[in-house]
Parts: sequence; C-alpha cells; structure tokens
Amino acid sequence: MSLSESEVVACAHLARLGIEQQNIASYAKDLSGMLELMTQMGDVNTDGIEPMAHPMDQVQRLRTDVVTETDNREKFQMIAPQVEAGLYLVPKVIE
Amino acid sequence: MHNKSITELAKSLRSGEFSSVELTQAFLDRINQHSALNAYITVTEERALEQAQQADVRLAAGDAELLTGIPFAQKDIFCTQNVKTSCGSKMLDNFIAPYNATVVEKFNQAGAVMLGKLNMDEFAMGSSNETSYYGAVRNPWDTNTVPGGSSGGSAAAVAAKLAVCATGTDTGGSIRQPAALCGITGLKPTYGRVSRYGMIAYASSLDQGGPMTRSAEDAAIMLQTMAGFDEKDSTSVDLPVPDYRIGLTNSLEGLKIGLPKEFFGEGLNSDVAATLEAAINEYRKLGATVTEISMPSFKLAIPAYYVIAPAECSANLSRFDGVRFGYRCENPVDLTDLYTRSRGEGFGKEVKRRILMGTYALSTGYYDAYYIKAQKIRRVISEDFKKALSEVDVIMGPVTPSTAFGIGEKIANPVEMYLSDIYTIAINLAGVPAMSIPAGFANNLPVGLQIIGNYFAEAKLLNIAHLYQQVTDWHTQSPKGFE
Repeated sequence: MSLSESEVVACAHLARLGIEQQNIASYAKDLSGMLELMTQMGDVNTDGIEPMAHPMDQVQRLRTDVVTETDNREKFQMIAPQVEAGLYLVPKVIE
Repeated sequence: MHNKSITELAKSLRSGEFSSVELTQAFLDRINQHSALNAYITVTEERALEQAQQADVRLAAGDAELLTGIPFAQKDIFCTQNVKTSCGSKMLDNFIAPYNATVVEKFNQAGAVMLGKLNMDEFAMGSSNETSYYGAVRNPWDTNTVPGGSSGGSAAAVAAKLAVCATGTDTGGSIRQPAALCGITGLKPTYGRVSRYGMIAYASSLDQGGPMTRSAEDAAIMLQTMAGFDEKDSTSVDLPVPDYRIGLTNSLEGLKIGLPKEFFGEGLNSDVAATLEAAINEYRKLGATVTEISMPSFKLAIPAYYVIAPAECSANLSRFDGVRFGYRCENPVDLTDLYTRSRGEGFGKEVKRRILMGTYALSTGYYDAYYIKAQKIRRVISEDFKKALSEVDVIMGPVTPSTAFGIGEKIANPVEMYLSDIYTIAINLAGVPAMSIPAGFANNLPVGLQIIGNYFAEAKLLNIAHLYQQVTDWHTQSPKGFE
C-alpha cells in the first residue's frame, strides 16, 4: 500500500495545508510507510464488532439551558492577527 | 532544598526553615544554571516570585494546602492566562492565552508556584522532544540523548530538579515514555479523570493530563489536585475522587501481577528485560504472585493509533487558520492563500505529516477501511485489557523497548520513532491508567517499569509504586552534575 505524490497534494489541499514542493516526495514516502503499518489491521476479522469512539462509551452530557458565556470579544480579539471595529479581517472574499 | 519531596518541603515551609520565596528563588537559579538542557520554553520569574509571596502569606495564616508554596512547572500545552502558551509550535509562538486551563486553575487555588512553561514536542506529536519549534531537550542522564516525548521538558526538568514536580499529558505514552527515559515517576490517569479543558487538543479521545514527579507519593499529592469532574470538559467523568495518599502503604500481600508474554518478546532490549526481571522479583518479595498472561491484540495498537490519533489531530488542528489567533502569513493574496500559507509556515514537519495522514484516513473511500476499522480494533484491544484485568490485579511490563536513544538518531525515520511507543499506546486506546516508575539502569541510563491498572485504579497503582520505592532507591538517584 503506498501513497502517490498526487494523493499527498490532494490531501494537503483538503487540509488547506501548505507543503513545500521539494518535500512532497518525502511526505509520500513517510505516509506510505505509515500505511504499510496499517495493513496489519486487515489481518484481523472485525465483523460484528462495534467501533469504539470513547474509552468509557460515554454519551455527551446535557446541561441546563442557561447562559454561561460572557462577552469576551475584546479580550479574544486582542490576540487576533488583524481586527477592525470588532471584526476579524481576512483578505477580500467577494469582489 | 531542591532534593526534598513535597511533604518534606511542606514541613520546612511550615516550620520556617525557609520561605516559599527563598525556595522559588533557589529553583529559578537552578533553571538559569542548567538552561543548556532547554527544558523550559518560558520562565515566569516575576509571576513565580509573586505567587511565592502570596503562598508565604497563606502559610503564615495557617491556611495552606500541601502544594501551597511548592515550585512546579506546567507543560506548555496548558493554557495559562496572560502567559505565552506555545504548545511547542511556531503556530502559537505569539499566543498569550486569554484564559486558564482547569488544571492551571486548580494549581492556582492550591497556592502552588508556577516556575514556567515546559518544552514539548510540537502539539505533543513526538517521542523525543525533537519536533519542538524551540529545539530539542537534553536528557540530564546523558545530554547527547533525548529525554523522550512529548512531555520531554517536564521529564528533564523533574529529573534535573529544575522543578519539584511537573504536569505532563499522555496521548500515546507522552507521560510514561519520557518518565522512563529520564528516571522519574509518571502517571497517566484513566481517560476522563483529569479535565482536558484548556489543554490544547491533539487527539481528544486519547489525551489525558497527569503528574510527573520524583516519587509515587509526590504523584499522589499532585493527582489529588489535578483530578476531578469538570463540567467544562464534556468527556470528564463524574465520579468522586478518592484520597490518593491514604492507601499508599497498603500491603501487597496476595497482589496478582500479570506479565503479558507479548511484552517480553522480540524487540525488547535484553538489558532492559533483565532490569525489569529484577524489579518484578522485588514485587515477589513484597508478597505478590506473578503469572504470565496474553494480550494477543497488543501489536495492533500501533496501526490503530496511527489512524485514530492523526484523524482526530487533523480535525482538532483545523482551528489554526491564521484568522483568530496564532501565526498568520505575510500578505495573503486571498482567503485560501491565508489558510494554506499560515498553516504551512506555522506547523512543523511531523505535525504536517499527521494532518496529511488523518486527512487521508478520513477522506471519501478510505473512511471505512481505515478509521472505522481502527475503531473496531480499538474495541478488540480494550476487551483484551478488560479480560486480562479480570484475571490479575495489575499488568506489568516495559515502558520502552530500550533506554534513551541519541539526539538525531530516529528523527529521520518516523515509522521507527513510532515503534518506540509500542508498549504505551495500547493503554491510551483502552483508556486505562498506567504508571512508569524508575526500576534501575541499563548501560547507565534509566529503565522504567510500567504498571497498568483497571479503570480508576490510580490509588492502587500509586500504592504499588510507593511500596517498591520504600525498598529500592532508584527514584532517589541523581544524574551527575544535577545532585
């Protein structure tokens, strides 16, 4: 099982993750090594076994429907890269 | 004074032998003196001395807890209000946390003194502390070797006595493996025992915070403060926290220890195996019986983990987008460029590798083959543990296949690095608690013994570790130059 360079590029795009052109081949090699490990899983018959998402098989707790969050806009925006008039700024999306 | 345990220090602080300010200053001086270890990312000197002053007031007023005035350090994964919280990444190099993690809050309430934030593998992804944006940490036992990871700064700092104790987090072995390689005591609690609120997430269904100390008794004191239900963490378990110190000296007469034959087979260094054999013999002398057990699915833990953890990581790390906090690239031309370059420039290579792996495993056409399959294997592993722990009280085995390896030795080969976590990963998948305690030396480097217990059996593990530490002195030995 191996991962091609074009598959690496496709995953990087899905993850919006910049990777350097010169490193694509090494990512493909490393990820193929990981996939090689994973083929061992195929040796085990897991028919009828319920997938396990949480160690305690716990369900999400519900809480009372009351407001718990206070307005922290100023505090949170102090650490943002670019804000103006209480808004987060990003490059123009619509012309 | 830096060699004393928490209870000894608490006594000295109360008798007036020295103040918390004096104690804190002594540790700050040691941190400065041994900065070449690179254990700390941030030293919060001013804040520490202020906290120490406040602790001295509490001590004088007779309103102190055991940890009041005790200088400790936080792994740089715990959000600490108004303090840089980098998670070992360039992505968060400029991140001043706007709130406290629950764990940080709890130490504040106890009056503990935070000396600073400890180095770690980037976003806790690594087994050698070499993936940190702030550079590798050196193992005080041999500064050419790694301290382990991801809580490498925590382990090195405790072993070198640059803090009385430290917090760590463990997703696949990140408390136990560095504890073993640095010759200290580390405990990964049951999943859900310690709040994850404000602990920067890597793989949420596996991450768990815990204590890293020089003795089991200190670990019991730390865990007492860290453990407990937190409504801010939806996976926190709502069960009462027992007194972790009360049963520390309980007799081990009749304790049933299981040794999985798969843990002692091929791949385990023979010197490490011999050291563990001697440690297990000590338990026989303490009245325990030892039987061989089998954990047939144990080898599947690595493949299942390297699907599940990267899958959760790729989802968790999508929040780092250059918009609300953290690193942003220069002059983005459009929104895609902003996301892509901020993430591409902010993350290091190992983090990128895991995001790519996780994205692949979760993508259309592969989801069932990898992610669902891995979750099914996770249940098989978990059932193996349940079965074993219905037959024996605890499982013992190695923490790592060998002692500390050289800096640079494994970093070029990720799969080889992943295999160094072979004995720790299955525990996280099952969610049970486990400890690493110093069990001797092989080639002059520390060896850790792993003790694995049933869900919420932390008190039992601490008892088992403590009694061993009453009849051995491995945990009191110091690396040369750090006495």
